[in-house]
Amino acid sequence: MHPAPSVIVFTVLSGMGFGLLAFLGAGLPAPSGWAAFFHWGLGYSLAVGGLLASTFHLGNPQRFLRAFTQWRSSWLSREAIASVACLLALAPVALSNWLGFGWPRALGLIGAVLALATIFCTAMIYAQLKTIPRWNHWTTPALFVAFAGAGGAILAGQSGAGAVMSALLLALLLAAFRIGDGAFAARAQTLGTATGLGTIGPVQGTVRVFEQPHTSPNYLMREMIYLVARKHVQKLRSVTLIGAGIAPALLLPLTPPSLLGFAVIALVHLTGAFAARWLFFAQAEHVVGLYYGQR
Amino acid sequence: MTSLPTHTEKKLGLAIDLDTCVGCQACVTACKGWNDQGYGAPLSDQDPYGAAPSGAFLNRVHSYEITPDQGAAVIVNFPRSCLHCEDAPCVPVCPTGASYKRVEDGIVLVNEDACIGCGLCAWACPYGAREMDGDVGVMKKCTLCVDRIYNEHLPEEDRVPACVRTCPTGARHFGDFADPDSTVSQLAKQRGGYDLMPDLGTRPTNKYLPPRRKDAPDMSAPLAPLLDIQATGFAGWLDKVLGKI
Ligand code: SF4
Ligand code: SF4
Ligand code: SF4
Repeated sequence: MHPAPSVIVFTVLSGMGFGLLAFLGAGLPAPSGWAAFFHWGLGYSLAVGGLLASTFHLGNPQRFLRAFTQWRSSWLSREAIASVACLLALAPVALSNWLGFGWPRALGLIGAVLALATIFCTAMIYAQLKTIPRWNHWTTPALFVAFAGAGGAILAGQSGAGAVMSALLLALLLAAFRIGDGAFAARAQTLGTATGLGTIGPVQGTVRVFEQPHTSPNYLMREMIYLVARKHVQKLRSVTLIGAGIAPALLLPLTPPSLLGFAVIALVHLTGAFAARWLFFAQAEHVVGLYYGQR
Repeated sequence: MTSLPTHTEKKLGLAIDLDTCVGCQACVTACKGWNDQGYGAPLSDQDPYGAAPSGAFLNRVHSYEITPDQGAAVIVNFPRSCLHCEDAPCVPVCPTGASYKRVEDGIVLVNEDACIGCGLCAWACPYGAREMDGDVGVMKKCTLCVDRIYNEHLPEEDRVPACVRTCPTGARHFGDFADPDSTVSQLAKQRGGYDLMPDLGTRPTNKYLPPRRKDAPDMSAPLAPLLDIQATGFAGWLDKVLGKI
């Protein structure tokens, strides 16, 4: 799949933002005064900024309100609703922290659950697609939630939780790489099965593309067929594993809690997260590529 | 509403004959031509006369080569348009309700006024049947020529999809698969019409009719007929004379 920058920025930033909002909603930490203003502000900016970035890849973003209507069937619609519900539910909690109203924590916990639900819905948009075997697996929602958990914990200044989540993320990344690399082959779908010409009817055999249906790439080819060089994959996977997993897991327990310390670790995490998300798209192969003899 | 209907009264669709299709691309052109002026925004092209022309089409014709275990290779032309799936995965993913499947005839359509152009439906379709329009940013797909098949302003013989009407070899057949006696149902039955990627659970309405086995000349002694040639006339006389010497 084409790794569209707007979607990568959106999923990484909003994931991290909703992760932070989940921690703040749960009262971990429970800042007050201007500290609360900046901490909540960071969570809201990342979450909202990410959501805005996601509209850049829409053909008709001015109709976005319609995306709130199909929650019965559509994960994208559910994501839209969960995200707005989360931002609304947490607003009084943020105000209460900032201005010291001392309102009860219950709404914050509801907001935290909604933040997790938002991340889960985002992941399910990808995981539901049977057409993309690499994504169509439980590791996809697990990874998205773990990324939000680890990123959110770092931004929330939770060393212990951050280290545990980063270690979990590392394990999940390794599993997803391993399972994902065999996912397309495991579905046993080839040009021969996709056209039926290899397996059905009186004339069967090895099928290959004789002539393409058009002379220059179309929307399908631009959107769904993307080739990544093997050597780049190895490098980016190392960046991912070190940046998002190993480094935060080791550094968080060792670094004395300070704004600078967490900021540096957050940037390291973010580098890994961007590399991971770029690979998530770039390496995903859509079955439609079979008809073009490409993947 | 993007929830799929549990049942449709008709199952309108195409039976596509891979045996007769000659890959002339007439259906591609007819489809593009009709949908330049019919349903929704006109199908656009980008840079049509420039160095990198590109455009949205609702129907594409591939060309494949099958090499059987024995015998010569065969070229099979393979038209690919929306299969109007019964369990269309493109419909429930749509966040806006723009994508829907009609209860009355099973046609899968996009309400372009509601489409935000997110592209998710095209990701969900295994068959590459949806293409985003580069000009207006809405999703385009085969409408089964819904603006022809019920159109009483057209002469009766034109009330079929443009691709079906134009095909010079009659490789595309249009009809109701819910009716077991319809031409398309009968064709699918007789010719072993099959679904594309049935394991994905989309239950396509369109059926593909597999290529037939080709007749092959007896190649055991290809030059044998030449031995029987009887010379007549002058050549025959010469043959006889020369034979006597
Ligand atoms: S062929 Fe694709 S676009 Fe058409 S109904 Fe099936 S899944 Fe939807
Ligand atoms: S591109 Fe349009 S029709 Fe397709 S899923 Fe998005 S809103 Fe629905
Ligand atoms: S039925 Fe109409 S819209 Fe669909 S492929 Fe044929 S000509 Fe195009």
